Amino acid sequence: MLEFMEGSHAVAEIVKRCRPQVIAAYPITPQTHIVEDLAQMVANCELDAEYITVESEFSALSACLGASAAGSRVYSATTSQGLALMFEVCFNAAGMRQPIVMTIANRSLGAPLSIWNDQQDSISLRDSGWLQFYAEDNQEAADLHMIAYKVCEDHDILLPAFVCFDGFILSHTYEPVALPTQEEVDAYLPAFNPYQRLDAEAPLSFGMYATPEYYTEFRYEIDQAQYRAKEAFVKAGREFGEQFGRDYSALVEGYRLDDADTALVAMGSICGTAKDAVDEMRDAGKKVGLLNIRMFRPFPAPEIADALKGVSTVAVLDKNISLGSGGAVGTEVKAALSGSNQAVYDYIIALGGRDVRKRDIAAVVDLAEKGKGDMFYGLRTEVL
Amino acid sequence: MAEVEQGCELLSAGHRACGGCGPALAARLLLKATGKNVIIAAATGCMEVFSTPYPETAWGVPWIHSLFENNAAVASGIEASLKKQGRSEKVVCIGGDGSTLDIGVLCISGAFERGHDITYICYDNEAYMNTGIQRSGATPYGASTTTSPAGKCSLGNQHQKKDMPRILAAHGAPYVATASIAYPNDFVQKVERAINTPGPCYIQVHTPCCTGWGFESGETLSMAKLAIETGLWVNYEMVDGEVVKAKKVMRKPVEEYLAKQKRFRHLFKPTRQDGVIANIQAIADANAERFGIDIKRKGSSE
Repeated sequence: MLEFMEGSHAVAEIVKRCRPQVIAAYPITPQTHIVEDLAQMVANCELDAEYITVESEFSALSACLGASAAGSRVYSATTSQGLALMFEVCFNAAGMRQPIVMTIANRSLGAPLSIWNDQQDSISLRDSGWLQFYAEDNQEAADLHMIAYKVCEDHDILLPAFVCFDGFILSHTYEPVALPTQEEVDAYLPAFNPYQRLDAEAPLSFGMYATPEYYTEFRYEIDQAQYRAKEAFVKAGREFGEQFGRDYSALVEGYRLDDADTALVAMGSICGTAKDAVDEMRDAGKKVGLLNIRMFRPFPAPEIADALKGVSTVAVLDKNISLGSGGAVGTEVKAALSGSNQAVYDYIIALGGRDVRKRDIAAVVDLAEKGKGDMFYGLRTEVL
Repeated sequence: MAEVEQGCELLSAGHRACGGCGPALAARLLLKATGKNVIIAAATGCMEVFSTPYPETAWGVPWIHSLFENNAAVASGIEASLKKQGRSEKVVCIGGDGSTLDIGVLCISGAFERGHDITYICYDNEAYMNTGIQRSGATPYGASTTTSPAGKCSLGNQHQKKDMPRILAAHGAPYVATASIAYPNDFVQKVERAINTPGPCYIQVHTPCCTGWGFESGETLSMAKLAIETGLWVNYEMVDGEVVKAKKVMRKPVEEYLAKQKRFRHLFKPTRQDGVIANIQAIADANAERFGIDIKRKGSSE
């Protein structure tokens, strides 16, 4: 049954059903509604979890790391500056192979201060070892949490994950969402079974330092686990589809790509607008399609190359900028398509909450087809 | 002393601490006090580095190191997890003075305010020794370190030690104490009391560093003892914010302590710095006054 609810609430409802045992979180817009909802669930005895009201995001993730190492399923949520403050712990949690799931309600990073949406925050942690999934709508945002726990806690993976959904655009927007029952979630996601834990009965040392003789191999192991996560995600996404009727086995998802000459490539909620824009362009006789990247880490380069093999022009919509280089998604798509004869252009768009409409998407396609790209789209030159 | 010597060793020999390392002795004594039913959350620092070069570990109890400044937050999570699981292990943080008094204060303050049932042990060797003897918030006034060097226009560190025990007592910690490796039974008893007191407890243990302070490695314990005997370090306990007990001494002049360490050598050579030595004596006098540690000599008038 579909229920009409706010995106943050949908996420909180699903997280509750994933039965986290320890939650540690700190308020920050636009993530706060999630952890407020979870706090209320704990206060109402609907969720049997220890809820730690930490004094910073840095401590939120540190506490999650400790609780995870002690053998509990953990949860946190953050965004933007909060994620930036967690930077050091993020690398550490992945290096220590703790299967932490954290929601990112994507938001821009200052300066200048902006509370509005883009994807600079999670993209900036792309080298940290965390898996990164991006939701197009609130149903997917909720569903991806169940899949994330399943993938992260797989003993062949043991990595943390960001479940990313666009701040405000999804987090504060009401949409119909199907919520599974607790029994259904329990049937999909088994109880947490830690690979190792801090335990006086069987003492282990966690987080030792590595000399040059060992460090590279530790990093290699994390990298290998990242690639294995692709298969684990496909399997978990397929199982999800079998149980709930919504299949997430595709790491990238094409929309009207089959006979397309030009493909848009994007992540997150902008894909919804892009699909409508594609429909309109199709109605006008243009052979345009869309590729939605659901998984950014590990980066599904072969899957992207395969999905785009029939198109001649690619326009990547990047809601982030690696200053001095270009959009992060565009850079990686170009690498994935290197050696092909395809023209790949990158567009920095929708930074800091700037709205993107169907006509903006159509304008990007026009630019790409004229060979103009690798640029900021829609710059207000009059204020420069 | 006999009590302390007994029992199994939970910190293995063969770790990589310097000969005469004060913190290594503190770790060994700490584990004698905690026994096996403990989980240690360690900060980056000398103790972490000398005891856990992968794939070797000296720790016979579960131990976790995450970062320099987050052991109290990691411990908060461990404690919450154990509570949820109904487990009985005690949670003990270990951090050096740089970690505890400087970079980790935010996490420690949060953990103490929330009232987690943890014990925090700060091993205080009065500078960042792991990175090469840089000044910390616990470096004493007048000490020369690599970032507060004595020179033509400087007499070393210009600031007094941050009063971390009082800061944490002000958080409502039920038990706060200072200790010294020169008095091992006292330290062990304080750790036992702390881990058996519900709520967040704090012990700052004075652990001289022969490498960083500049004295012979066989002098570690006598240096720790001299700190107490001069009043520059006071062993005391605070219960619910009130000082209830402080070790009394027949005080010696601070010069006896200072003159034995290279970090204070510039106070004596090439020119004797009477003003600075007097300032340090005044610090010891103020400690004696605050804690009432002076043993009155027979026949002295009150």
